[in-house]
Amino acid sequence: MTATWTLVGALGAATILIKASGPLLLGGRALPAWSIGLLRMLAPALLAALVATNVLVAGNSLVVDDRVIGIAVAFVALLLGAPTLLVVVLAAVTTALARLLLL
Amino acid sequence: MPAQRSSYRQGLRLAIPFAIAVSGFGITFGALAHATNVDLLAIVVMSATTFGGSAQFAAVSVLAQGSSVGAAVVAAVLLQARYVPMSVAAAPAFTGPWWKRLLLGQLIVDESWAIGNRGDGTFDRAKIVAAGALLYVNWVLWSFVGAAGAELLKDPRALGLDAAFPALFLAILWPYVRERRAALAAALGAAIALVASLFVPPGVPIVVATVACVVGLRR
Repeated sequence: MTATWTLVGALGAATILIKASGPLLLGGRALPAWSIGLLRMLAPALLAALVATNVLVAGNSLVVDDRVIGIAVAFVALLLGAPTLLVVVLAAVTTALARLLLL
Repeated sequence: MPAQRSSYRQGLRLAIPFAIAVSGFGITFGALAHATNVDLLAIVVMSATTFGGSAQFAAVSVLAQGSSVGAAVVAAVLLQARYVPMSVAAAPAFTGPWWKRLLLGQLIVDESWAIGNRGDGTFDRAKIVAAGALLYVNWVLWSFVGAAGAELLKDPRALGLDAAFPALFLAILWPYVRERRAALAAALGAAIALVASLFVPPGVPIVVATVACVVGLRR
Protein backbone atom coordinates (compact mmCIF):
# COMPACT_ATOMS: atom_id res chain seq x y z
CA MET A 1 0.00 0.00 0.00
CA THR A 2 2.87 2.39 0.77
CA ALA A 3 4.20 1.71 -2.72
CA THR A 4 0.83 2.65 -4.18
CA TRP A 5 0.69 5.93 -2.29
CA THR A 6 4.26 6.80 -3.27
CA LEU A 7 3.21 6.22 -6.88
CA VAL A 8 0.06 8.30 -6.53
CA GLY A 9 1.93 11.13 -4.81
CA ALA A 10 4.90 11.26 -7.16
CA LEU A 11 2.83 10.96 -10.32
CA GLY A 12 0.30 13.52 -9.11
CA ALA A 13 2.97 16.05 -8.18
CA ALA A 14 4.82 15.57 -11.46
CA THR A 15 1.60 15.97 -13.45
CA ILE A 16 0.61 19.16 -11.67
CA LEU A 17 4.04 20.65 -12.46
CA ILE A 18 3.91 19.46 -16.07
CA LYS A 19 0.46 20.87 -16.74
CA ALA A 20 1.19 24.14 -14.98
CA SER A 21 4.55 24.56 -16.73
CA GLY A 22 3.23 26.55 -19.67
CA PRO A 23 0.70 28.83 -17.96
CA LEU A 24 2.87 29.28 -14.86
CA LEU A 25 6.28 29.94 -16.36
CA LEU A 26 4.74 31.48 -19.46
CA GLY A 27 7.19 33.61 -21.34
CA GLY A 28 5.08 32.70 -24.37
CA ARG A 29 8.24 31.33 -25.92
CA ALA A 30 7.77 28.27 -28.07
CA LEU A 31 9.84 25.11 -27.63
CA PRO A 32 12.52 24.47 -30.26
CA ALA A 33 11.13 22.51 -33.22
CA TRP A 34 13.39 19.49 -32.68
CA SER A 35 12.11 18.90 -29.16
CA ILE A 36 8.47 19.04 -30.28
CA GLY A 37 9.25 16.30 -32.82
CA LEU A 38 10.70 14.17 -30.03
CA LEU A 39 7.82 14.79 -27.62
CA ARG A 40 5.23 13.92 -30.26
CA MET A 41 6.81 10.51 -30.78
CA LEU A 42 6.98 9.77 -27.05
CA ALA A 43 3.36 8.61 -26.69
CA PRO A 44 3.30 6.11 -29.60
CA ALA A 45 6.68 4.64 -28.58
CA LEU A 46 5.59 4.21 -24.96
CA LEU A 47 2.14 2.84 -25.76
CA ALA A 48 3.56 0.25 -28.16
CA ALA A 49 6.11 -0.77 -25.53
CA LEU A 50 3.27 -1.20 -23.03
CA VAL A 51 1.27 -3.35 -25.43
CA ALA A 52 4.27 -5.54 -26.25
CA THR A 53 5.41 -6.08 -22.66
CA ASN A 54 1.87 -6.69 -21.37
CA VAL A 55 1.27 -9.38 -23.99
CA LEU A 56 4.61 -11.12 -24.49
CA VAL A 57 6.72 -10.70 -21.37
CA ALA A 58 6.69 -12.85 -18.25
CA GLY A 59 9.47 -12.11 -15.81
CA ASN A 60 12.64 -11.93 -17.86
CA SER A 61 11.54 -14.03 -20.81
CA LEU A 62 9.29 -13.79 -23.84
CA VAL A 63 6.29 -16.11 -23.87
CA VAL A 64 3.31 -16.65 -26.11
CA ASP A 65 0.30 -17.63 -24.00
CA ASP A 66 -3.43 -16.95 -23.67
CA ARG A 67 -2.80 -13.20 -23.52
CA VAL A 68 -2.23 -13.24 -27.28
CA ILE A 69 -5.88 -14.17 -27.84
CA GLY A 70 -7.14 -10.99 -26.20
CA ILE A 71 -4.83 -8.66 -28.11
CA ALA A 72 -5.63 -10.40 -31.41
CA VAL A 73 -9.34 -9.84 -30.80
CA ALA A 74 -8.67 -6.22 -29.86
CA PHE A 75 -6.66 -5.73 -33.07
CA VAL A 76 -9.45 -7.09 -35.26
CA ALA A 77 -12.08 -5.04 -33.41
CA LEU A 78 -10.03 -1.87 -33.94
CA LEU A 79 -9.60 -2.69 -37.63
CA LEU A 80 -13.37 -2.91 -37.87
CA GLY A 81 -13.67 0.48 -36.21
CA ALA A 82 -15.11 -0.65 -32.88
CA PRO A 83 -15.27 1.96 -30.09
CA THR A 84 -12.68 1.71 -27.31
CA LEU A 85 -14.95 0.36 -24.61
CA LEU A 86 -16.19 -2.43 -26.90
CA VAL A 87 -12.59 -3.29 -27.86
CA VAL A 88 -11.61 -3.64 -24.21
CA VAL A 89 -14.69 -5.65 -23.27
CA LEU A 90 -14.26 -8.02 -26.24
CA ALA A 91 -10.59 -8.62 -25.36
CA ALA A 92 -11.47 -9.37 -21.74
CA VAL A 93 -14.44 -11.59 -22.54
CA THR A 94 -12.63 -13.72 -25.15
CA THR A 95 -9.65 -14.16 -22.83
CA ALA A 96 -11.95 -15.21 -20.00
CA LEU A 97 -13.78 -17.65 -22.29
CA ALA A 98 -10.51 -19.08 -23.61
CA ARG A 99 -9.30 -19.67 -20.04
CA LEU A 100 -12.56 -21.30 -19.14
CA LEU A 101 -12.46 -23.64 -22.16
CA LEU A 102 -8.73 -24.39 -22.26
CA LEU A 103 -8.26 -25.15 -18.57
CA MET B 1 -18.84 39.43 -20.56
CA PRO B 2 -21.49 37.72 -22.71
CA ALA B 3 -18.89 36.61 -25.30
CA GLN B 4 -16.96 34.74 -22.62
CA ARG B 5 -20.09 33.18 -21.19
CA SER B 6 -21.03 31.79 -24.60
CA SER B 7 -17.46 30.49 -24.89
CA TYR B 8 -17.90 28.60 -21.62
CA ARG B 9 -21.19 27.17 -22.81
CA GLN B 10 -19.70 26.18 -26.15
CA GLY B 11 -16.74 24.49 -24.43
CA LEU B 12 -19.12 22.50 -22.25
CA ARG B 13 -21.27 21.44 -25.17
CA LEU B 14 -18.28 20.35 -27.26
CA ALA B 15 -16.91 18.31 -24.34
CA ILE B 16 -20.09 16.27 -23.78
CA PRO B 17 -19.42 13.58 -26.42
CA PHE B 18 -15.85 13.23 -25.13
CA ALA B 19 -17.11 12.94 -21.57
CA ILE B 20 -19.45 10.14 -22.60
CA ALA B 21 -16.70 8.33 -24.50
CA VAL B 22 -14.26 8.70 -21.62
CA SER B 23 -16.67 7.40 -18.98
CA GLY B 24 -16.02 3.84 -20.18
CA PHE B 25 -12.30 4.50 -19.81
CA GLY B 26 -12.88 5.76 -16.30
CA ILE B 27 -14.86 2.70 -15.29
CA THR B 28 -12.21 0.46 -16.84
CA PHE B 29 -9.42 2.28 -15.04
CA GLY B 30 -11.17 2.10 -11.70
CA ALA B 31 -11.90 -1.59 -12.10
CA LEU B 32 -8.42 -2.54 -13.35
CA ALA B 33 -6.59 -0.48 -10.75
CA HIS B 34 -8.70 -2.06 -8.06
CA ALA B 35 -8.00 -5.51 -9.51
CA THR B 36 -4.25 -4.80 -9.14
CA ASN B 37 -4.66 -4.01 -5.44
CA VAL B 38 -4.83 -0.23 -5.55
CA ASP B 39 -7.39 0.77 -2.94
CA LEU B 40 -10.45 2.89 -3.60
CA LEU B 41 -9.17 6.12 -2.05
CA ALA B 42 -5.83 5.90 -3.88
CA ILE B 43 -7.67 5.43 -7.17
CA VAL B 44 -9.80 8.52 -6.66
CA VAL B 45 -6.83 10.63 -5.50
CA MET B 46 -4.83 9.45 -8.51
CA SER B 47 -7.60 10.37 -10.94
CA ALA B 48 -8.00 13.75 -9.25
CA THR B 49 -4.29 14.67 -9.32
CA THR B 50 -3.00 12.93 -12.44
CA PHE B 51 -6.12 13.32 -14.62
CA GLY B 52 -4.58 11.43 -17.53
CA GLY B 53 -5.97 8.08 -18.56
CA SER B 54 -3.00 6.59 -20.41
CA ALA B 55 -0.49 7.60 -17.73
CA GLN B 56 -2.68 6.19 -14.96
CA PHE B 57 -3.18 2.92 -16.83
CA ALA B 58 0.56 2.72 -17.50
CA ALA B 59 1.45 3.35 -13.86
CA VAL B 60 -0.91 0.67 -12.61
CA SER B 61 0.02 -1.91 -15.26
CA VAL B 62 3.77 -1.44 -14.77
CA LEU B 63 3.27 -1.82 -11.03
CA ALA B 64 1.16 -4.93 -11.63
CA GLN B 65 4.02 -6.43 -13.66
CA GLY B 66 5.95 -6.44 -10.40
CA SER B 67 8.26 -3.54 -11.12
CA SER B 68 9.58 -0.91 -8.74
CA VAL B 69 7.57 2.21 -7.94
CA GLY B 70 10.32 4.29 -9.55
CA ALA B 71 9.94 2.61 -12.93
CA ALA B 72 6.15 2.95 -12.76
CA VAL B 73 6.39 6.66 -11.98
CA VAL B 74 8.95 7.32 -14.73
CA ALA B 75 6.90 5.45 -17.36
CA ALA B 76 3.73 7.34 -16.42
CA VAL B 77 5.43 10.74 -16.18
CA LEU B 78 6.88 10.22 -19.66
CA LEU B 79 3.36 9.67 -20.98
CA GLN B 80 2.32 12.94 -19.37
CA ALA B 81 5.30 14.72 -20.94
CA ARG B 82 3.24 15.58 -24.02
CA TYR B 83 1.47 18.15 -21.86
CA VAL B 84 4.64 20.25 -21.68
CA PRO B 85 4.45 21.43 -25.32
CA MET B 86 0.63 21.53 -25.13
CA SER B 87 0.55 23.70 -22.02
CA VAL B 88 3.32 25.93 -23.40
CA ALA B 89 1.31 26.41 -26.60
CA ALA B 90 -1.82 27.38 -24.65
CA ALA B 91 0.10 29.51 -22.13
CA PRO B 92 -0.61 32.97 -23.64
CA ALA B 93 -4.36 32.44 -23.00
CA PHE B 94 -3.76 31.95 -19.28
CA THR B 95 -3.59 35.27 -17.41
CA GLY B 96 -4.14 36.38 -13.82
CA PRO B 97 -2.45 35.49 -10.51
CA TRP B 98 -0.04 32.52 -10.38
CA TRP B 99 -2.32 30.27 -8.33
CA LYS B 100 -5.11 30.75 -10.84
CA ARG B 101 -2.81 29.88 -13.74
CA LEU B 102 -1.57 26.83 -11.84
CA LEU B 103 -5.07 25.59 -11.04
CA LEU B 104 -6.64 26.27 -14.42
CA GLY B 105 -3.61 24.73 -16.15
CA GLN B 106 -4.60 21.41 -14.57
CA LEU B 107 -7.69 21.39 -16.79
CA ILE B 108 -5.56 20.96 -19.90
CA VAL B 109 -6.14 17.47 -21.30
CA ASP B 110 -5.97 16.26 -24.89
CA GLU B 111 -9.66 16.93 -25.53
CA SER B 112 -9.99 20.31 -23.78
CA TRP B 113 -6.79 21.48 -25.45
CA ALA B 114 -8.18 20.52 -28.85
CA ILE B 115 -11.53 22.18 -28.10
CA GLY B 116 -9.86 25.41 -26.97
CA ASN B 117 -7.55 25.51 -30.00
CA ARG B 118 -8.74 28.28 -32.32
CA GLY B 119 -6.73 26.77 -35.15
CA ASP B 120 -4.62 29.90 -35.70
CA GLY B 121 -2.08 29.23 -32.96
CA THR B 122 -4.15 30.98 -30.26
CA PHE B 123 -6.34 29.47 -27.56
CA ASP B 124 -9.69 30.25 -25.95
CA ARG B 125 -9.19 29.87 -22.21
CA ALA B 126 -12.91 29.81 -21.42
CA LYS B 127 -13.38 26.81 -23.70
CA ILE B 128 -10.40 24.96 -22.24
CA VAL B 129 -11.64 25.60 -18.70
CA ALA B 130 -15.26 24.65 -19.36
CA ALA B 131 -14.42 21.51 -21.33
CA GLY B 132 -11.63 20.56 -18.94
CA ALA B 133 -13.80 21.00 -15.83
CA LEU B 134 -16.54 18.77 -17.24
CA LEU B 135 -14.02 16.11 -18.27
CA TYR B 136 -12.31 16.33 -14.87
CA VAL B 137 -15.45 15.74 -12.80
CA ASN B 138 -16.50 13.03 -15.26
CA TRP B 139 -13.14 11.23 -15.03
CA VAL B 140 -12.94 11.24 -11.24
CA LEU B 141 -16.57 10.15 -10.92
CA TRP B 142 -16.37 7.20 -13.32
CA SER B 143 -13.06 5.91 -12.03
CA PHE B 144 -14.68 5.88 -8.57
CA VAL B 145 -17.67 3.98 -9.96
CA GLY B 146 -15.36 1.46 -11.65
CA ALA B 147 -13.31 0.91 -8.50
CA ALA B 148 -16.38 0.62 -6.29
CA GLY B 149 -17.92 -1.83 -8.76
CA ALA B 150 -14.75 -3.92 -8.83
CA GLU B 151 -14.89 -4.37 -5.09
CA LEU B 152 -17.85 -6.60 -5.77
CA LEU B 153 -15.78 -8.79 -8.10
CA LYS B 154 -13.64 -11.59 -6.77
CA ASP B 155 -11.21 -12.98 -9.35
CA PRO B 156 -10.27 -10.37 -12.00
CA ARG B 157 -8.19 -12.90 -13.97
CA ALA B 158 -11.18 -15.19 -14.51
CA LEU B 159 -12.96 -12.24 -16.09
CA GLY B 160 -10.00 -11.58 -18.40
CA LEU B 161 -9.47 -8.13 -16.88
CA ASP B 162 -5.69 -8.42 -17.26
CA ALA B 163 -6.21 -8.77 -21.02
CA ALA B 164 -8.03 -5.45 -20.97
CA PHE B 165 -4.79 -3.54 -20.29
CA PRO B 166 -2.96 -4.24 -23.56
CA ALA B 167 -6.23 -3.99 -25.51
CA LEU B 168 -6.75 -0.53 -24.10
CA PHE B 169 -3.17 0.60 -24.83
CA LEU B 170 -3.60 -0.65 -28.38
CA ALA B 171 -6.83 1.33 -28.69
CA ILE B 172 -5.13 4.51 -27.46
CA LEU B 173 -2.19 3.87 -29.79
CA TRP B 174 -4.46 3.24 -32.80
CA PRO B 175 -5.07 6.84 -34.00
CA TYR B 176 -1.35 7.68 -33.70
CA VAL B 177 -0.08 5.04 -36.09
CA ARG B 178 -1.93 6.45 -39.09
CA GLU B 179 1.04 8.78 -39.31
CA ARG B 180 4.04 6.93 -40.73
CA ARG B 181 6.62 8.35 -38.37
CA ALA B 182 4.52 7.58 -35.32
CA ALA B 183 4.01 4.01 -36.60
CA LEU B 184 7.78 3.70 -36.89
CA ALA B 185 8.25 5.03 -33.34
CA ALA B 186 5.66 2.52 -32.12
CA ALA B 187 7.28 -0.46 -33.87
CA LEU B 188 10.71 0.56 -32.63
CA GLY B 189 9.42 1.17 -29.10
CA ALA B 190 7.81 -2.26 -28.94
CA ALA B 191 10.93 -4.00 -30.29
CA ILE B 192 13.25 -2.18 -27.88
CA ALA B 193 10.96 -2.98 -24.92
CA LEU B 194 10.82 -6.69 -25.81
CA VAL B 195 14.59 -7.01 -26.16
CA ALA B 196 15.19 -5.00 -22.99
CA SER B 197 12.77 -7.13 -20.99
CA LEU B 198 15.15 -10.07 -21.36
CA PHE B 199 17.78 -8.24 -19.37
CA VAL B 200 16.25 -5.66 -17.02
CA PRO B 201 13.55 -5.77 -14.31
CA PRO B 202 9.87 -5.20 -15.27
CA GLY B 203 8.93 -1.59 -15.92
CA VAL B 204 12.40 -0.52 -16.99
CA PRO B 205 11.87 -1.72 -20.62
CA ILE B 206 9.07 0.86 -20.95
CA VAL B 207 11.47 3.61 -19.96
CA VAL B 208 14.20 2.29 -22.27
CA ALA B 209 11.70 2.20 -25.16
CA THR B 210 11.47 5.99 -25.13
CA VAL B 211 14.73 5.99 -27.08
CA ALA B 212 12.46 5.19 -30.04
CA CYS B 213 11.26 8.78 -30.12
CA VAL B 214 14.51 9.74 -31.89
CA VAL B 215 12.60 9.00 -35.09
CA GLY B 216 10.94 12.34 -34.38
CA LEU B 217 14.25 14.07 -35.02
CA ARG B 218 14.40 13.33 -38.73
CA ARG B 219 12.94 16.01 -40.93
